[in-house]
Amino acid sequence: MSSIPSAGFVRGAMIVPAAPPAVQASVRGWIRGHLFNSIGNAILTVLGIIALAALAWPTFRFLLIDAVWRGADRSACLSETAGREVGACWPFIAAKFDQLMYGFYPASQRWRVDLVYACGALLLAPLLVPRVPYKTLNAVFFFGVFPLLAGVLLVGGVLGLTEVETRLWGGLLVTLVISYAGIVGSLPLGILLALGRRSELPVVRGLSVVFIEFWRGVPLITVLFFATYMLPLFLPGNWKIDGLLRVLIGVILFSGAYLAEVVRAGLQAIPRGQFEAARALGLGYWRMMGLVILPQALRLVIPGLVNSFIALFKDTTLVLIVAIFDLLGQLRAAFADPNWATPVTLFTGFAFAGMIYFVVSFAMSRYAMFTEQRLNAR
Amino acid sequence: MRRRSADGPAEAPPPAAAVIYNPRFRSALYQLALVLALAWLGYQFALNAAANLGARNIASGLGFFHNTAGFGINLTLIPYDETATYGRAFLVGLLNTLLVSGTGIVLATLLGFAVGIGRLSSNWLVARIAGGYVEVVRNLPLLFQILFWYLAVLGTLPGPRQSLSVFGTIFVNNRGLVVPAFRFGEGFAYVMAAFALGVLATIVLGLWARRRRERTGRGMPILWKAAALVVGLPLAAFLASGLPVEVDLPRLQGFNFIGGTRVIPEFVALLVALSTYTAAFIAEIVRAGILAVPRGQSEAGLALGLRRGQLLRLVLIPQALRIIVPPLTNQYLNLTKNSSLAVAIGYPDLFAVFAGTTLNQTSQAIEIIAITMAVYLSLSLATSVLMNWYNSRVRLVER
Repeated sequence: MSSIPSAGFVRGAMIVPAAPPAVQASVRGWIRGHLFNSIGNAILTVLGIIALAALAWPTFRFLLIDAVWRGADRSACLSETAGREVGACWPFIAAKFDQLMYGFYPASQRWRVDLVYACGALLLAPLLVPRVPYKTLNAVFFFGVFPLLAGVLLVGGVLGLTEVETRLWGGLLVTLVISYAGIVGSLPLGILLALGRRSELPVVRGLSVVFIEFWRGVPLITVLFFATYMLPLFLPGNWKIDGLLRVLIGVILFSGAYLAEVVRAGLQAIPRGQFEAARALGLGYWRMMGLVILPQALRLVIPGLVNSFIALFKDTTLVLIVAIFDLLGQLRAAFADPNWATPVTLFTGFAFAGMIYFVVSFAMSRYAMFTEQRLNAR
Repeated sequence: MRRRSADGPAEAPPPAAAVIYNPRFRSALYQLALVLALAWLGYQFALNAAANLGARNIASGLGFFHNTAGFGINLTLIPYDETATYGRAFLVGLLNTLLVSGTGIVLATLLGFAVGIGRLSSNWLVARIAGGYVEVVRNLPLLFQILFWYLAVLGTLPGPRQSLSVFGTIFVNNRGLVVPAFRFGEGFAYVMAAFALGVLATIVLGLWARRRRERTGRGMPILWKAAALVVGLPLAAFLASGLPVEVDLPRLQGFNFIGGTRVIPEFVALLVALSTYTAAFIAEIVRAGILAVPRGQSEAGLALGLRRGQLLRLVLIPQALRIIVPPLTNQYLNLTKNSSLAVAIGYPDLFAVFAGTTLNQTSQAIEIIAITMAVYLSLSLATSVLMNWYNSRVRLVER
């Protein structure tokens, strides 16, 4: 390219017309266009099919085709007695179902747990659908009245209900209680911290920043250890805090710091004019925030809040390390039962618990996406 | 507002009693009250702690660091035995945390970038598989995955005698992973020197090639030259110095393997779980970063005649990195913090060794938990300082 060729860029003859593009409309065209459009892609496609076949098919066989559906103990799930390849051992789950769901909550009192679930579902469902009216009232009930009701029902000791100590609770009940109480407790804390971080008072701002960065900088498990082993030392010797409550305090402090950052993003997205307009109307700080800013900011960050709740839900599993038996903890305890010790017990248990965790987290993440799209559409 | 007189500006000077309505006075008052309340709370905590520690006969102070630990650790990077001190155990734990986090970060980055780019692939099947991987792994709790790998996958592998093997050199069984060990002879120093020389020469060559490109506009592909320097030079030195390395292949003897190096199953399970879990998040970050590069950039790159690989490497990834790096460091930090879940399966990381065993033996909860938190906190703060520095360097400089 050292010198320009003499008018080499002027073509002397017509280009031969290119062949028409390959058909994309048919099934074959789609396969060619999306799976085999180059040699590299063809190789990737073949590898992908092999990987899928090696993973998905055995999983399917394990869960359904080879699975054992009936049996009273481990012998039903051994390939020697079944006389064939054995997949998932579902009788194990059936035998342990109550333990996985309620822990050691007394069987005669389990209707209380079910009642709490039913009330929660009844209050939650209309809250999630944007078109249902009375959102404020609904939210007051779900976040304000329901926790009290659930507390009274689950703990008991009043209104003629027998008391059920929290150390008897377990399984999915504990997972849901910690998740829900974590959400209800950490949301106000997160909002306060976010307001503190955006405050004009330097001491408040500084303290909020230190608080938020501290809890965000340490792993949750250290927070749980802090709540379980260190916190009791800081309180007067005659105060006995319940083990579950201690863990809840740790979860709320930890999660509050994360929520604070989510809420702060929403506060920062509110235009200055909104603050100025509220001030011009003569509103004080708390009314400005409560009536004008927060309703807008919180609506903006619903997707972020839901994502934090997913993280919180998944993080509840950590409580098993401080000897509180949530769903995963009960599962681990169930594995230790020699009556059900078979080569497939572990995989069966993990498959069952995994489906529960996946369905809840996946549903929440889809809901976050849905609200996000709704916000973007406006 | 209604009180203001119609002729406006003639406002009376505020009376002295209204100092309580002065916003500056009020804010000072609030802050003072807050500080006093916190100080009182701290004082109460300190009093309670002193009383409780006294009542339970728990020692205080950091003297325990010099006491004999008396427990064994099944993975130590530095010499350690039961007669070593708690301070030494702390160090062993810290190194184990760094080992699993460092390895995990490398693996998670590689897998995360591959999956993130795979999700954007023009190949429908590859995009779906990558998407499915992200959805499944992200929506299951990490502790669940760690236990799954440890109990269900590694725990049900066959014993040493029926090990699964990779070409007869690497063996996987329920006692972990057995890999060949390398023992380096004397001449290996030359190989390392040749390697250092090769790296240095590559850097010089790269700088020179870049300067020339900027001056003349002519690029020079240095990949092969760099490969020759970095790989070829040490290889030549290796051959010239008479193969100064001894490979110790693991072999089965009796019921176990002798020779080779055994990697404990706790490490394998934790590493696999941490890196696959974090990779799913990294994949989403990479995908978002690449999607955030304007379409015009891809089109311009294609119009210039770049192939897809070149387009990614030369146009998209450098621009996407600016968006990717801050959340990516966040994920690295998360991985490091999540490595503390090792305590659930007994991998001897900082948390398990220090806040687990040491706390059990000494009962000095306040000191131990505070130190453990401080270690993780300083890792976090150091990373965010580094990230802010990087951010200020790569920020778009606009006129």
